[in-house]
Amino acid sequence: MKSEAVFIYSNQFQNYKFHDEHPFNQLRVELTYSLLKQIGVLDTKHMAAPRMATVEEIALFHDPKYIEALQLAGKGELSKEKALHFGIGTEDTPIFPNMHEASALIVGATLKAVELVMDGKVNHALNLGGGLHHGFRGKASGFCIYNDSAVAIQYILKKYKKRVLYVDTDAHHGDGVQWAFYDTNEVCTLSIHETGRYLFPGTGNVNERGSGKGYGYSFNIPVDAFTEDESFLEMYETSMREIAAYFKPEVIVTQNGADAHYYDPLTHLSLTSDMYRHIPRIAHEIAHQYAEGRWIAVGGGGYDIWRVVPRAWAFLWLEMIGMQDAGIGKLPQAWLEKWHAIAPVTLPATWEDPADLYSPIPRKEEITEKNHQTLTKLLQPLRQHHI
Amino acid sequence: MIVEEIMKRDVITLHKDDTIETAFQLMNTNHIRHIPIIDNDNRVIGIVSDRDLRDSCPSIFTKKGKTDGINNPIEKIMTKDVITVHPLDFVEEISVIFYEKEIACLPVTKDDRLVGMITEKDMLYTLIQLTGAHQPGSQLEVKVENIPGMLSKVTNIIGKHNFNIHSVLIYPYPIDTTYKIIVFRIQTMNPIGVIETLTNHGYEVMWPNLPGMTK
Repeated sequence: MKSEAVFIYSNQFQNYKFHDEHPFNQLRVELTYSLLKQIGVLDTKHMAAPRMATVEEIALFHDPKYIEALQLAGKGELSKEKALHFGIGTEDTPIFPNMHEASALIVGATLKAVELVMDGKVNHALNLGGGLHHGFRGKASGFCIYNDSAVAIQYILKKYKKRVLYVDTDAHHGDGVQWAFYDTNEVCTLSIHETGRYLFPGTGNVNERGSGKGYGYSFNIPVDAFTEDESFLEMYETSMREIAAYFKPEVIVTQNGADAHYYDPLTHLSLTSDMYRHIPRIAHEIAHQYAEGRWIAVGGGGYDIWRVVPRAWAFLWLEMIGMQDAGIGKLPQAWLEKWHAIAPVTLPATWEDPADLYSPIPRKEEITEKNHQTLTKLLQPLRQHHI
Repeated sequence: MIVEEIMKRDVITLHKDDTIETAFQLMNTNHIRHIPIIDNDNRVIGIVSDRDLRDSCPSIFTKKGKTDGINNPIEKIMTKDVITVHPLDFVEEISVIFYEKEIACLPVTKDDRLVGMITEKDMLYTLIQLTGAHQPGSQLEVKVENIPGMLSKVTNIIGKHNFNIHSVLIYPYPIDTTYKIIVFRIQTMNPIGVIETLTNHGYEVMWPNLPGMTK
């Protein structure tokens, strides 16, 4: 019988590690895994191990020269000048041993998720190790080496010939994936993110709509700094529903960066943990409504790895298996006890954030109104089209 | 940056005896709004804009059928004292010409002969390139005292953090001219460390800040 969902996991995800002080820390995947185990919602029947992506598979999106450079860099055999040309050896993406292998495993995990869903073994598949949406064809960027989503989407197009809706709720613009499919109408990308006015990478404006055949298949919602749950949900839900109705995807890939939370140190949005229940809920619904349930979800950003990411990503899995009720009220004591000793911050006691998480945002109304205008601008072509 | 680096070299031109109708057709097919008029030696003797063409047509409110005006030679409606620039002019200077003369297009001439064109749109695109907004990076705005040496002090700090700078802009602090704002686009997703160092050195980093926000 077809099972509902699969959780792709390996402790080898930890090998994707730049250095101890780097904000990108895959320990968050282990923290989430441990939390899900603790509440008893991850059985062996749910689990699948990732595989390594082959060089040919990675080259479905990436430049072979770039792949070669990473193989050399991981062995310490690439000169500093050449490394910088490929965006590695920088503060954001420093060189580390076996970086090619660590990155290829993450790509392989997303490919495995694709295979299980597209071969009809499961409805949904989750790879929290993936979601490295800033990777470019020939250049690393923003903590991302290989762009697992871009490779996976190319793989879907080539092997399964299905139209893909890619939805990116990371607080940073999903630039790598957007540019990868900017001129095709086979893939529709939707990214909702903090405005690039100050925040990396700076792109993701409403007027980036695609080019050539792909014009009208790239959607961006730059939300204002300090945006809160209510406004974010309005933007996300409205755009998701209208875009899905317009594009009619055959499979959905979601990138679930968890860095739009108030606590996240790198961004300036004001979401609470509750938002991370709604994001997968709507994706789940859309997957069943349009794509016969085919839904591949990956991780992404998330730099408060203790207070934000484990809860946010646990909600995602609970949604996939339809056990949302397991994520209400107190967090399991055993999990808190296991991790509090090494956590540099106080772990939250409940799945919900306190009502006074942050002091009221002074210009809330203006922000909400501005966001609403952005949404109207974004969807205007679709709405005209349907009249 | 100089004009010849950003100008278009394939310029669509007309002669003074060509008709207004031809100009209409050229503008429509090529999606352009200006056509320089040249003589047989490639000297610019005039220019027409889409507005000049429209002015030569009857209004949509007058009776239909009266379109014979467009058979007139272009010479009759062209602007004759054309403002031109030189390929070696600085881009910053010609942006001032655009602004002050309120025009949208400048023919580029050398030895009095037409060699290129530059439009307001080309200019704007160049400015986008200059701000570095097309490369992945974070934006930092640092408020500094309006005295010599501040830029080097701040860039020194950024350099020590090993961040590549995409672009730098400096403008006066609108509220108090004893300060300036330096705007950097730096190639990183994680500016936290450098912001901290700058703050520790007493610089004010203007972040997306709203009144009353602390984070």
